[in-house]
Amino acid sequence: MAPVAPRSGDAIFANIERVNAELFTLTYGAIVRQLLTDLEEVEEVNKQLDQMGYNIGIRLVDEFLAKSNVSRCVDFRETTDVIAKVGFKMFLGVTASVTNWDAEGTCCSIVLEDNPLVDFVELPDTCQGLYYCNILSGVIRGALDMVSMKTEVTWLRDVLRGDDVFELQVKLLKQVPEEYPYKDDE
Amino acid sequence: MIGVGKMKQYSNILDKPLTKGKQEVSLSAFAFLFSELVQYNQTQVDNIGELERRLEDAGYAVGARVLELLCHREKGNRRETRLLGILSFVHSTVWKVLFGKVADSLEKGTEHEDEYMISEKELLVNKFISIPKDMGTFNCGAFVAGIVRGVLDSAGFPAVVTAHFVPMEGQQRPRMTILIKFAEEVLRREARLG
Repeated sequence: MAPVAPRSGDAIFANIERVNAELFTLTYGAIVRQLLTDLEEVEEVNKQLDQMGYNIGIRLVDEFLAKSNVSRCVDFRETTDVIAKVGFKMFLGVTASVTNWDAEGTCCSIVLEDNPLVDFVELPDTCQGLYYCNILSGVIRGALDMVSMKTEVTWLRDVLRGDDVFELQVKLLKQVPEEYPYKDDE
Repeated sequence: MIGVGKMKQYSNILDKPLTKGKQEVSLSAFAFLFSELVQYNQTQVDNIGELERRLEDAGYAVGARVLELLCHREKGNRRETRLLGILSFVHSTVWKVLFGKVADSLEKGTEHEDEYMISEKELLVNKFISIPKDMGTFNCGAFVAGIVRGVLDSAGFPAVVTAHFVPMEGQQRPRMTILIKFAEEVLRREARLG
């Protein structure tokens, strides 16, 4: 049977079940609010959001691979391209773009123009250090970790802090070769 | 260059135009997010009652905002002041916007004057949740109960709202019911308004 061609992000998004983005936005807001009340330190909240994103990412990547039928990515460039075009579209309904490649091809920026997580959100003065969308950086890190790529994801630009777009920097730290978990001779 | 404008930078969020509410995200994105919410709260509490309360509090905040948003956008800044009005607002408008369909049914409680029930065969939030045996009667619908309480409270109808599983004969899965018990003052006011 011929391999199924990868479907575009729009096609997949049209075929999966969807919910109103506002429920999603408000639920995320409730989570961030709970974290701020419990942890009180903005740095702690950032770390916790990243951890939650990591937990989501490690499971999200399975669903992504199952639904999108993408073939194995040849290099990191293709990987980030697929994340931006197919991944973001499939889950959040928005497309991102990839820019700012460095010379070796291990570091790039994913730029998001609109982001359903931040509708209706404004950062108060007391929370200026908060990366409100830090869950996204955790998701990307977790997902790539599960496909053997250790990465570091940081925020370069954030609309809530006054910039005009969201920009995430994804840096490939190393590619971990897949280990066969069973010893054949035992 | 003439004619090229810079995209307007809104300095104040209140100046931004309100979204039409048609944007969607995938159900799995919401399910993942909700599961993280429940998991995080599980680490913060010792018993089921506390967990339900925390989920309800999270939902309360959502409900208060949903009321403001919908009253402004859908109803032209009019808010319901009568009991049946606000109940049908929750049952149809709120449910339709948040979950994509109106709730299955709205019933008045037979035993007490102040009880009403909104029923749903399968709540969206519970779709991918399974409750382990040792958690007994825990129900993630507490989040939705919190949303309803938030809407009612902000609209001036204080109530106690809880979520229950109601086993139905002939059906494998129990039905979800949100039980709303209005406060005394609401009933008195309703009686006064005639």
